[in-house]
Amino acid sequence: MSKPLKQIHLAAHFPGVNNTTVWSDPEAGSHIEFSSFAHFARTAERARFDFLFLAEGLRLREQGGHIYDLDVVGRPDTFTVLAALAAVTEHLGLTGTINSTFNEPYEVARQFASLDHLSGGRAAWNVVTSWDAFTGENFRRGGFLPQEERYSRAKEFLATANELFDSWRGDEVVADRAGGTFLNDAKAGAFVHHGQHFDIEGQFNVPRSPQGRPVIFQAGDSEEGREFAASGADAIFSRYSTLKEGQAFYTDVKARLARYGRRSDQLLILPAATFVLGDTDAEAEEHAREVRRLQVSGATAIKHLEFVWNRDLSAYDPDGPLPDIDPDLGEHTVARGRAQVRMYRDPLATAREWRERAAANKWSIRDLVIETGSRQAFVGSPATVAATINDFVQADASDGFILVPHITPGGLDTFADKVVPLLQERGVHRTEYEGTTLRDHLGLAHPDARTPADRVAS
Amino acid sequence: MSSSRSPLHLAVALDGAGWHPAAWREPVSRPGELLTAAYWADLVTEAEHGLLDFVTIEDALGLQSSSPTEPDGRTDQVRGRLDAVLIAARIAPLTRHIGIVPTVVATHTEPFHISKAIATLDYVSTGRAGVRVQVTARQNEAAHFGRRTLPPFRIEDYRTPAGQELVTDLFEEAADYVEVVRRLWDSWEDDAEIRDIATGRFIDRDKLHYIDFESGRFSVKGPSITPRPPQGQPIVSALAHATVPYRLVARAADLGYVTPHDAEQARAIVEEIRTEQTAAGRGDETVHVFGDLVVFLDDDPAAAEARRERLDALAGHPYTGDARIFTGTPAELADLLLELSEAGLSGFRLRPAVVGHDLPAITRGLVPELQRRGAFRRAYEADTLRGLLGLTHPANRYATTA
Ligand SMILES: Cc1cc2nc3c(=O)[nH]c(=O)nc-3n(C[C@H](O)[C@H](O)[C@H](O)COP(=O)(O)O)c2cc1C
Repeated sequence: MSKPLKQIHLAAHFPGVNNTTVWSDPEAGSHIEFSSFAHFARTAERARFDFLFLAEGLRLREQGGHIYDLDVVGRPDTFTVLAALAAVTEHLGLTGTINSTFNEPYEVARQFASLDHLSGGRAAWNVVTSWDAFTGENFRRGGFLPQEERYSRAKEFLATANELFDSWRGDEVVADRAGGTFLNDAKAGAFVHHGQHFDIEGQFNVPRSPQGRPVIFQAGDSEEGREFAASGADAIFSRYSTLKEGQAFYTDVKARLARYGRRSDQLLILPAATFVLGDTDAEAEEHAREVRRLQVSGATAIKHLEFVWNRDLSAYDPDGPLPDIDPDLGEHTVARGRAQVRMYRDPLATAREWRERAAANKWSIRDLVIETGSRQAFVGSPATVAATINDFVQADASDGFILVPHITPGGLDTFADKVVPLLQERGVHRTEYEGTTLRDHLGLAHPDARTPADRVAS
Repeated sequence: MSSSRSPLHLAVALDGAGWHPAAWREPVSRPGELLTAAYWADLVTEAEHGLLDFVTIEDALGLQSSSPTEPDGRTDQVRGRLDAVLIAARIAPLTRHIGIVPTVVATHTEPFHISKAIATLDYVSTGRAGVRVQVTARQNEAAHFGRRTLPPFRIEDYRTPAGQELVTDLFEEAADYVEVVRRLWDSWEDDAEIRDIATGRFIDRDKLHYIDFESGRFSVKGPSITPRPPQGQPIVSALAHATVPYRLVARAADLGYVTPHDAEQARAIVEEIRTEQTAAGRGDETVHVFGDLVVFLDDDPAAAEARRERLDALAGHPYTGDARIFTGTPAELADLLLELSEAGLSGFRLRPAVVGHDLPAITRGLVPELQRRGAFRRAYEADTLRGLLGLTHPANRYATTA
């Protein structure tokens, strides 16, 4: 007998600072104005997506000592946008990336608990641990951490935040007018945490929120990152959107769960995925090529090479061959504040491989960057894309996808109108929300079995 | 007669079920809903219905307490609250005209985070954001962060040299904090986003600026990650009761809330703030000074008095606070506000004793009364909070191009 079909979890990433967004397209709108976020969120909700996702950056990126100006630059504050989006949506989960290095647990726990209350149980936190002294220059006391301490702080940060969330059981607010008792427990919210990174105590001032705790996401990819996810996250935002890489990652991470006494359905794997649609597969392929060239201008290609070479390559012709000099292996000084820099962990090998591939295929610098950096996960007609997404999920390359359109904010509309109905027809995507909280959408248990209605007696 | 005076500005201060500690026990209150979006949406909608300039939202980094300096362990009053900036953001899209001013605590939060949060509130409200900056000397709140310890401080210590030193230090830090926040708002020029297809440049990076703020307390590089907000500079406000905080208002704020008990005191406070303002080199800038009043409003003055007594009895003692408590009719309150405004106050922040009762009494009783006297607007005449307060779009301190 065949396995029952897995339900596909879908989310939408409002593209922030990256080189995916084609801001030069006449249809591209603002990535700052609230109307853009509202449009995007309403589309995602119309398509019955699980959640909307916002990334975070805390320092503008630089290249060669200058603020990087070729991609979208600038973004609004994560918490503030998510709280405002709670006003224009009813069901959609609201996931925000918040750094554990440049924040404090009491404040972040308060913000997530508040967001969960204000959205009726739709908050999620993507815990990231980046970055470095460069980002630390924007914070008075946050400072920064050596690589090896980032996850130890993140782990303790999350554990501490959970202690704060759990410091209210959920039944303390009785608000008994006649009897004059507002709280039935003077110690509600009391906590004590004395650890390596945090030495704090007192009383948490936000009563338990509808989800008890926000849903926890993790987005790191290192060994420590995967363990961190296996030990305490509800979902992983991963970067592997091809079938084989996705399956390898999926198998690896799910296998780690048993060590923490967790079942494999307690951690969802949701890769980021771009897509390009067309009326036919051929039209979509053609369109995808155009999009790729718009995403990787000559100047962008040179800058991208500089992430690996760690040298000023501005003298090179993007339509010419790759540099024959080797990368500078010293401390990375050319590109700062970029995730990609640390993606290339062995620059010499990467440079060698790229030179060989470019020579073999007669690629210019720009061709090479277009080919190797290609991230169009799903290209095709709506029928093709729906089938591919379904195949990936049923083949355990993921539990669903976090879609990143290349146009803001309208880039999700066609997907919602054309692909989603096909997934619904196959019975792998909901046609109506069954629950009200993000935990309900993701099929995750509520950490506190009591329902919100039981908690607040009025 | 009164039509020649400049119209009053009116704000309400929202906090839980109201400012009286027993407010939550009134039948009109909704004590089980204080943490819901619907509750806050209703309040701010009501305030906008009354054409008020703005609402403020109180906040703190610890549980509410009847003691100004430490927790009280009480269970007979409202305890527990939500982050004010998030409440503000949640209600902003539901309104069109009213300003929204959450409280932030400068003592423990990062100016970089607050700067982008308030800038974003300005985006989500399309130009209606402000912020109320607050300091805290509470040891228990410091212990929630564990990054600094504050000396023991009781209200009796306020006048001692040690007390003054602590207070001065916290307010000077707040002034630095506001400076960092404002520089971050200016760190992008208004037209920095160029989307120049010919050169492939999304921004003109010459219009982005490092703020390089360095003081003993902060070191912040910048620029902000959030572009300059619609108002350029959202409104910065602070509550002030004495010289040290008046100085913060004079140096750093667009608007101060003060707590005079009569016209003479109001005149003295305004004068002190103006003197500090000149000393700070801001003599030619508009700094609003609003009087704060707690209000019990009823058409029948005896009913207001009776309500106050009933609540005091429930609380077990008469309610007192920093601000004058007004008990009476909307017409009597209008008289008082006009008298105080003669003393130099440009507006008032009314603290409803019972939100469910006194907020509608303000919007449906006081406002029409003031309108009849030609002292309050009959329609929103601007879309931004700066516009409502008669403040212009501020020049960017970093802008080099004309
Ligand atoms: C798909 C994906 C998305 C990410 N999004 C963000 C982000 O929005 N903000 C951020 O600071 N870091 C982001 N990161 C970076 C990771 O969180 C960061 O690499 C991680 O915390 C460092 O851990 P690692 O060494 O395990 O990768 C993202 C990483 C991945 C894989």
